[in-house]
Parts: sequence; structure tokens; C-alpha cells
Amino acid sequence: MRGLHQEFLIYLLMSLVIKNLTANIGDQQILKGVNLEVPKGEVHAIMGKNGSGKSTLAKIMAGHPDYTVTGGEVLMDGENLFDMEEPDERARAGLFLAFQYPMEIPGVTIANFIRAAVQARLPEGEELEATDYYANLYAKMDALKIPRAFTSRSVNEGFSGGEKKRCEILQMAMLEPKYAVLDETDSGLDIDALKIVSDGVNALRSPDRGFLVITHYQRLLNYIVPDKVHVMVDGRIVMTGDKDLALELEARGYDWVTEGELATA
Amino acid sequence: MNPETPTTDGLQFTPSPVWPDWFRSAQQDAWNEYLATPAPTRKDETWRYANIKALDLSAFRNAPPIASEGKLINASTGLEAIAAKLVFGNNALVHSQTDGLPAGVVVQPLDVAARENEALFRQYFLSQPVELGSHKYALLHKALLSGGVLVHVPANVEVALPIELYHWVEGANSSVFPHTLIVLGDNAKVTVVDHFKSADGAPAFACGINDFHLGRGAKLDYVAIQDWSADTLAFHINSTVCDRDSSSTALVANLGGRHIRGESFSKLAGEGSRSVMLSINPLDGERQVDQRTLQDHAAPNATSDLLYRNSLDDKSQAIFSGLIRVEPGSKQTDAYQKVENLVLSEDAVAHSMPGLQILNDDVRCTHGATSGGISQDELFYMQARGIRPDLGRRLVVAGFFHSLLERLDNETLRARVAALVNERLGVKVAD
Repeated sequence: MRGLHQEFLIYLLMSLVIKNLTANIGDQQILKGVNLEVPKGEVHAIMGKNGSGKSTLAKIMAGHPDYTVTGGEVLMDGENLFDMEEPDERARAGLFLAFQYPMEIPGVTIANFIRAAVQARLPEGEELEATDYYANLYAKMDALKIPRAFTSRSVNEGFSGGEKKRCEILQMAMLEPKYAVLDETDSGLDIDALKIVSDGVNALRSPDRGFLVITHYQRLLNYIVPDKVHVMVDGRIVMTGDKDLALELEARGYDWVTEGELATA
Repeated sequence: MNPETPTTDGLQFTPSPVWPDWFRSAQQDAWNEYLATPAPTRKDETWRYANIKALDLSAFRNAPPIASEGKLINASTGLEAIAAKLVFGNNALVHSQTDGLPAGVVVQPLDVAARENEALFRQYFLSQPVELGSHKYALLHKALLSGGVLVHVPANVEVALPIELYHWVEGANSSVFPHTLIVLGDNAKVTVVDHFKSADGAPAFACGINDFHLGRGAKLDYVAIQDWSADTLAFHINSTVCDRDSSSTALVANLGGRHIRGESFSKLAGEGSRSVMLSINPLDGERQVDQRTLQDHAAPNATSDLLYRNSLDDKSQAIFSGLIRVEPGSKQTDAYQKVENLVLSEDAVAHSMPGLQILNDDVRCTHGATSGGISQDELFYMQARGIRPDLGRRLVVAGFFHSLLERLDNETLRARVAALVNERLGVKVAD
């Protein structure tokens, strides 16, 4: 028994665990009891139709103020995310959300924006060393094929879809989260950009990091090969499988999942 | 009236011995007219919404000689490479460094200019009418003026490095009257930076005037960094006259002061001329900035482009009233006027009154005012990166101003103003 208990504890401390999560926007229930576990070192995909609740799940974990959590919890290495009220606390604790629609921040350069985010993770009174910071930033920009001139451009302002997504991955690379949630990162990308972004994500795969990749299309999962694929329908995870499930969904459509669910019910 | 008669204002008319007799007599006339001119009321169109009570001058006095001259000179450091620097403390010239100027360029105190360049002085000094409300205070300025600078760049001369002018006020209730007169000959080019600073946190009164005159094809880049103490009442009255094909870009950064009344008048006097009027106003506490502008198109094919941005936190207030006037015959005018308010607090108040008066039909004019807060999604995005909301808000405000500064051509100057804005907002950035 003791061995099992310890094993469970270790598992809990090394995972992103979503338990019975229910959430509303206004009076409308969007999440209806989500259960999911992403162990460190693994990449899990959530697939689902538009409106199934998968982007909502991402925003709720990050702490978007429009949504109300009505039940359940999200444990990040054993720590309840909902004990941290502000989105910035959750981010500093190690959660990263790559946005489907990254915001433009006029007049704030990428270099200053990311620097503020990195600085926010240092203990009070400790100053980020500028030379090291730029060396790190440039190396990561080079890897993502982001021109260095971008450092002095305003965050996402006038960027193409591909540039915005590459900058999301750049931020992830600089902030080195424990768990990253990628919300429709493939949307609006041509095949070249998709490859660059996927390479960027794959380079960050590590035994110390878990990924939750939210996508509508199977295409992304050819490049970021998941350990598990979950299907979300109407605010619940209704099916879980390996990477081949994504191919099956691509071939048979999402209705097949709901029909199957009905059949077993 | 006896020149020594004290007034209820506490300010006294004491003609300065630095001036030639003819100007001292003009100062006496200005003083008499000042006393005879009624103070503004909110019923005056140019003082709509204004906080008239904030204009009470009774506590202020003529400034004593400066006590900490060395300290102020040492603190008068802005840009690294400059062509000239003049430092004034309580209206008196305390430092002059002009050895970097090209031959023929004059940067000298106005009292010297009134003797050595009398014709120029008589032609340009206060030559434009003050129409935007502060006529009375322009008279006070003229009557009590003892400092001030003439910058004269002769035709076809370019001053590559900026000229910096520092105007300090020191001591409780001191009054200063900064004046910057810039006269550019045809095709002359110059960059001038005015720094308005307080030596202490004491209450003070500043009543400053700028006159800019651009000859044909001349180019002026001007920046005013107003950083008076948080307990200062200040008037800043500007007029810019652009002759044919000349181009002026002027930025006023109001970083300090308690109550600032700014009036800016640009006259597009020559065909093809251009005037860019910019202002940034980070406001908090109970600070008030009251700005009135006029873009006067008196010639065809001219462009004026006004962009003012205010951020309003706490109980601060911003008033903007602007007019684009296109005179008959000013065909193919391009005129833009925009004021943008970033409202950060429910207790802050912004009154924006853009206006047009178009007396011919071949023009392109846009004007408008916007007010809005920081979007929740913008803030959420920053927080999702771990940035605390307080810093996130300050970054957005700094960005709101930085994106306006991109209108400045001079990169060094732009970076300098951006750094001062960051300092004002408590934002640390990458070096």
C-alpha cells in the first residue's frame, strides 16, 4: 500500500491534472466535467470541433477573467492553480499559454516585453543581466528564424499570422514553463511556418515539461507527434487514444465519436 | 502707475537693468496692460472647462537669485553630443557653452540679442498675436522677462547636433519666464531641446513663451521636456510660423507640473509648408493639463498634423480644445488633428473638443478625439506571461507614448524622451 501511495504522490507531483472541471461564461456552462492528466515529458493533444470547449479550457487554466470556475480543480505538480487568483501568478508558477490570437501591444517592443516577463520571475531586488538576456534572446530568435530587427518592433503589431505564432513560441522558449498549453497554434500558418513552429516546440520537449496541444486539425500532429490524443465534445473529454486516433478523426470526422458515445450509452 | 507698486499678485514690476531702454519702456506698457486686462473666466470660449481657480497668482513672487548654481549646472545634462547649451536659473543665465556651433549661428540670451541683433529681435520677438486665451499672461511674461534665448540659424546653415536649453526654477513660490525665440533663415536646419526643471519640490510659477519662425525650406525639430515640480503652475505659449516649404516638428512632453496651460499656434504661412504638433501627457494624482491649439492654414498645399496623447490616472484632468482653420485660397490643404485619451481611473476627467473651420472646399481634413481604457484582453495577455498587472498597465501606458515618439526623426532624442517617459511611469526597460 505504502509503495502505491508514494507512486501516486510522485505521479501527482509530476503532472498537470485536471479533475472534474466545470466552468461557465455568464450563465452558460461550457465545461461540463473535464478530466485529464498530462505527465511531465509527454505531449497530449486535445482535438474537437469548434465550440466544444477546448479553447475555453486553455483560457480557464490561464485565468481569463471572463470565465467562472464552478467546480473541480487543476493541479500543477500538486499545486492547485485556482489557489492562485491572478493569471500572472499561475504563469510565474510555470504555466504557459500560447494564444490563438496574440494581442498587439503598441509601443512595447518584443525585447522589453519578454524582458519584463523574465524579470518578473526573479526574486525581488535581483536584476536581469542585460548581456546574458540578449544573448539568450538572439539565440532563440535565430532558432525560430525570427529576424533580429523584430526585437525593436512592437509586440505583434503588424505581424503576419506566422510571425505572431513564432513570437508565441519564442516567448515560451524564453520563459521555460513546466507546462505549456498551445491553443490552435497551427491556425493561420502555411506549411513552412507550421514546420518552424513545430520544430520550435519539439526543441522544447523535455522530461521536465508537459505539453497540451489544442488543435482542430490533425495536420499539426504530424509535426508535433503526441503521446496521447483526447477528443473533446460538448465540454467533456469523451475519448482518449494514441497518436493514431488523430488520423482516425481526420478520416472519419468528429460525428463518429459522438455516434460511438451514443452507441455505448 | 508707479513701477514699484506692489500688486495683490505678489509679483512686482521691477524693470531689469539688463534690457535696453526701449525694451524696458515696452515692458512698462505691457505691465500696465496686464493690470488692466481682466482675468479669464470660464465664460470665455478659450477657457471652457478650465479650472480658473488654479490660476491664482497671489502666492508667487519675483524669483530671487539662484542659490545652488553649481548644482544646477551639473544637473543640466541630457544628450551626450550637443552643439550648444545654455542654462538659466531663476531667469538668469548661469552657464553658456556655444563652441560647437557652426559659424554664423547665434545662441544668446535675449537681452544680448536685443542689443546685438536688435533688428531681428524687433522683427520676431512676440510678433504673433496670442489668440488662444492667455493674452493677459503673455503681457505678464513680456513685462517681467529677464532671461530667454535667441537661436538664429542663418540661411543654408545646418546645425547637425541639438542645442539644449535648460530653464530652472528654485525656491518656494519663485516665478520664471522662459522664452525661446528661434529664427531660421531659408533652408536652415536645427534641433532644439528645451528642458523645464525645478531645483526642488517647492511650489513655483512658470510663464513661458516660444516663438518659432521658419524661413523658406527651413527645418526645425523641437522638443520641450516639461518637468516642473508637482506643485507648479505653468503657462506654455507657443507660436510657429512656417514659410514656404519649411517643416516644423514640435513635441511637448508634460511630465511634471500641477496645473499646465498649454497654447500652441501653428501658422502655415507659405505654400507647401508643414507643421507637426505632438504632445504627450502622462497624468496622475490631481494634475491638470489644459491645452488649446490652432492650426492656421493661410497658404495652399500645406500640411498640419496634430497628435496629442493623454494618460489619465487617479483624479487627473485633461482638457483639449483644438481648431483647424483653413483660410480662403488655401487649396489642397492637408490637416489632421487627433487627441487620444487613455483613461486609467474612473475619477479622471478628459474634455476633448476638436474643431474645424474651413473656408474653401479643396481640402482634406480629419479631426477627432478618442477615449478608452486598457483592454482586459491586453492585460490578460501580459499577465499570462507572468507580468504583474500593475507593471502591465504601466507598460501599456509607456507604449502608448512611445509609439507617438516614433514621429521624431532624431533617434537619440527619441530614445532620450522615451527613457524620461519610462522613468516618469516607473518602467524599467532593456538597455
